[in-house]
Amino acid sequence: MKLMTCPINGPRAISEFACGGEVRPVPDPNTADDAAWADYVFNRSSLPGVKQEWWCHTPSGVWFVAERDTATDTIHRTYLFQGPARP
Amino acid sequence: MSRLPHIAGEVIDRSRTVEFRFEGRHYQGYHGDTISSALAANGVRILGRSFKYHRPRGLLSYANHDVNALVQVRAGERSVPNVRADVVQVEPGWDISAVNTRGGVSSDRLAVLNHLSAFLPVGFYYKAFYGKRLAPRWERMFRNLSGLGCVDLSAGRHRTPKRYEFCDVLVIGAGPSGLAAALAAARAGASVLLADENPAALLGGSALYARGGEDRSARCTQLLIERVRAEARIRLMTGTYAAGYYADHWIALVAPEAMVKVRARSLVIAQGACEQPAVFRGNDLPGVMLATAAQRLLYRHAVLATRRVAVLTANSEGYAAALDALAHGVELAAVLDLRPAVSARSRRSAEALERRGVTVHVAVQPIEAAAESNGKLSHFEFSHGTAGARQRLELDGLWMSVGFAPANALLHQAGAHMAYQDSLGQFVPSELPERVYACGKVNGVYDLAARIADGEDAGFCAAAAVGFGGARARLPAVAAEECPTHAYPIFAHRKGKEFVDFDEDVSIRDIENACREGFDSSELLKRFSTLGMGPSQGKHSHMNALRILARVRGEAIERLGTTTSRPMFHPVPLSHLAGRGFTPERRTPLDAEHVALGAVFMPAGNWRRPEYYQLPGRSREQCIVEEVAAVRTRVGLIDVGTLGKIEVHGPDAAEFLERIYTSRFANLKIGMTRYALMLDEAGVIIDDGVVGRLDPESFYFTTTTGNSATLFREFGRLATWWRLPVGLVNLTGHYAAFNLAGPAARAVLRLHTTLDLSDAAFPYLALREARIADVPCRIMRVGFVGELGYEIHLEASRAREVWRALLDAGARFQIRPFGVEAQRMLRLEKGHLIVGQDTDGLTNALEIDAAWALKMDKPFFIGQRSLRILEGKPRRQRLIGFRLQPQAAQLPKECHLVLDEGGIGGRVTSVGVSPTLGRCIGLALVAPNIATGQRVRIRIDRGEEIHAEIVRPPFYDPGGERQRLAEPERVGEPA
Repeated sequence: MKLMTCPINGPRAISEFACGGEVRPVPDPNTADDAAWADYVFNRSSLPGVKQEWWCHTPSGVWFVAERDTATDTIHRTYLFQGPARP
Repeated sequence: MSRLPHIAGEVIDRSRTVEFRFEGRHYQGYHGDTISSALAANGVRILGRSFKYHRPRGLLSYANHDVNALVQVRAGERSVPNVRADVVQVEPGWDISAVNTRGGVSSDRLAVLNHLSAFLPVGFYYKAFYGKRLAPRWERMFRNLSGLGCVDLSAGRHRTPKRYEFCDVLVIGAGPSGLAAALAAARAGASVLLADENPAALLGGSALYARGGEDRSARCTQLLIERVRAEARIRLMTGTYAAGYYADHWIALVAPEAMVKVRARSLVIAQGACEQPAVFRGNDLPGVMLATAAQRLLYRHAVLATRRVAVLTANSEGYAAALDALAHGVELAAVLDLRPAVSARSRRSAEALERRGVTVHVAVQPIEAAAESNGKLSHFEFSHGTAGARQRLELDGLWMSVGFAPANALLHQAGAHMAYQDSLGQFVPSELPERVYACGKVNGVYDLAARIADGEDAGFCAAAAVGFGGARARLPAVAAEECPTHAYPIFAHRKGKEFVDFDEDVSIRDIENACREGFDSSELLKRFSTLGMGPSQGKHSHMNALRILARVRGEAIERLGTTTSRPMFHPVPLSHLAGRGFTPERRTPLDAEHVALGAVFMPAGNWRRPEYYQLPGRSREQCIVEEVAAVRTRVGLIDVGTLGKIEVHGPDAAEFLERIYTSRFANLKIGMTRYALMLDEAGVIIDDGVVGRLDPESFYFTTTTGNSATLFREFGRLATWWRLPVGLVNLTGHYAAFNLAGPAARAVLRLHTTLDLSDAAFPYLALREARIADVPCRIMRVGFVGELGYEIHLEASRAREVWRALLDAGARFQIRPFGVEAQRMLRLEKGHLIVGQDTDGLTNALEIDAAWALKMDKPFFIGQRSLRILEGKPRRQRLIGFRLQPQAAQLPKECHLVLDEGGIGGRVTSVGVSPTLGRCIGLALVAPNIATGQRVRIRIDRGEEIHAEIVRPPFYDPGGERQRLAEPERVGEPA
């Protein structure tokens, strides 16, 4: 079974984690036009590559960011969320 | 008897005999015998019948993978199918039979299939039996004709424990290279786990039985074993095979009575090689066997299965086997070398053999092996020399030593790349994943001293890679003195029956025909011909098939690619894999109460909830109608403990709720509750519940049953993302909850609390903390079912006392516990929607009648921006109510279509006959042009249509006076 390193709890079996989707920048709801907002709500990039993803260590409820290569399923690093998603 | 006098290293205990039966006859073996060795010692040559043609088969590899040595074992009450006779020790009293025969192994009536083989070509099944109508009949027929052992359906439950192990270095295989690797890693300071599929007495791999008539290799390996046993940092697991490699060095080890899951930091694969058969006509006759099989029988169990033997070889290992045979009194007819000349490495042995009168033929071409009428090998015909002289030898045994295939399945699974080396005739790892090492024969190293050196180096590097000793690169493998594996040990015969795959009876012609039909890649060939799909998973057929395929296609083996090796490496008993259920059913703390009250349960999310309470002599419908009536006219009690129950704390708690829910909570007064609706970013309804304020910085709120776990997790993500420092506590399992509802609810509750329940002190929608029956509770006055009602939340451990106290207090009002069916009807009467039933994954908040709950002037809530866009667009659908005539005979069901002017106008989402209103009511998602008061048709089962009237819910008590009831009428109380 794959391992993932929780920034708080250390390396744990992947069955203890849940993925929360890609960390994506949110357009400002007050200034974004309707098309930009709809794009944010409905469209996801499925291109393989290194992505920042939300992951949760479910027994402890710790949410963090994992940089994972979705082409090879390699986890490059994990860290606690530090601020708004990089654009 | 074929048992020899004592041989050094034998593992049988001659002082303990074992009596057992095989195919109805009595036999005697010794303690330590396997089923196969005990039978061989008794001269039993036919162990099973082949899968397709039912040909007699005997000992072939004497390893852990022959399909034709699978037996059914009856021991006492238990009957176990597919026991591997080659490796399982026979025990007293066992009643053993061959699998897949009709009428016994020696006179199998299905042997007639052997003569029909010309009509059963490769792919026969696919071409002949695809018809849809007759397929089930053919399937039944073939299931009877082919197959393995019989599962004993009366067998008791057999649980196999799962264990977890951790180590710095895991070494798989305790042959010379594996032993050396384990010692080197341990010496460097690593904790080592060494696993071998053989029992403790049989470690040491081939070095202990491929001796060449002397004991140098065995003694040298015994020394290694002793050092391993003495090394404190090495834990030895014997009788344990590695079944599969999974991500991040997670290895499934199958021990006799446990599945052991190992997390290794570093991995050394020293699994050796599987000896491969030569392919010629009659190569499956009982008596034709791999040389290592004969050697294992000889040195482990002191059994000579055959008396007059020739050795068919293409390597020095074959000459060593011939010397082993001579040393133990075998009548050696000849050594038949496939190679054009004796190799330099074999020369000494060849000379020794010739000195003892053994003829060595070179450039041998097998023609065929033939059998007596009893099916056993009687002679072998071949040509030899440059002139191709034909010769025929009378034999009862033919030992094959023509090459090896590395046992590299785990390396493949770990992601290693392999390269075919012509100089070795095998694949060797060319690129290994991080912290994975291969050594010994699997790495292409065959000489004993070289294997030990290779193992030491691998063990050293494996330990260094995880911090024990200075890291360095692996030393290059020593070049082989000779090629241990013949490049093409395959000899077609015009009459066929040269078996490539012994599991599935695939011959050379089958492979050629499959290629001709276009299945000429290794993966397609496998699926079309079933080659390598039997229990041995291609361990002795895959490489030979690749060689044939390469020749047919005129390409190099390396270019063909091997088939994917998937776990499990050996078949694993299902009892090892089966375990606990991982979707547990949740029960509320009141579950036992429900059982005692006669509850009939239904699933709700992963919980079980009472659907209704069965009273004696009443139908299901009567029970539900009575439960509804009790709540409307007197009082009822329902367990709602499955609701998600969450606390949120902190200065930003109110802000957090403002963002996740559509309503306003910043202005919610302490001790009050408010309905809460949750949307996703697209404005679609995903959940609803009630939020109560405990103090300025603390709220308690509920979610629907099915969503509680995922929502709680998502709240954590949102709090992290928004960087709102709130504390979230999931009390779902910690708290019990039930709802006391009905006009007499206040009167019942009053009997057990000192809390002022008057409307002024505890108004509608208020939240109070007080004791009920002396248990601290959180009480919310909500309109759950549209009557005066109190939702009581309390610690799970005290729930039963309070539940019982309320039922006792309610007895004088004829209180009834009510289930989910009554709850749904009560809430439907009130027009309350169920998220997920009356809404779907596309229903947005504007499509239900909930504008009052959408605070569009808030700065932000999830879904708000999307609702702004949707506000400017025409509605797609709308949730409305409908009702039928009071005496309507035919009723719609959920998902029946609502028809409007001939077209589809929508669908029914909830429906039921309201006992309170005496007519059928329901909710439907319909086109926005369908208006209140309009009559529509609903198409019900069998296409019939009924009429319904669109109405605006609630159907019952539209003003909501009853749930606000200040001073209820006195009901049900005795005068």
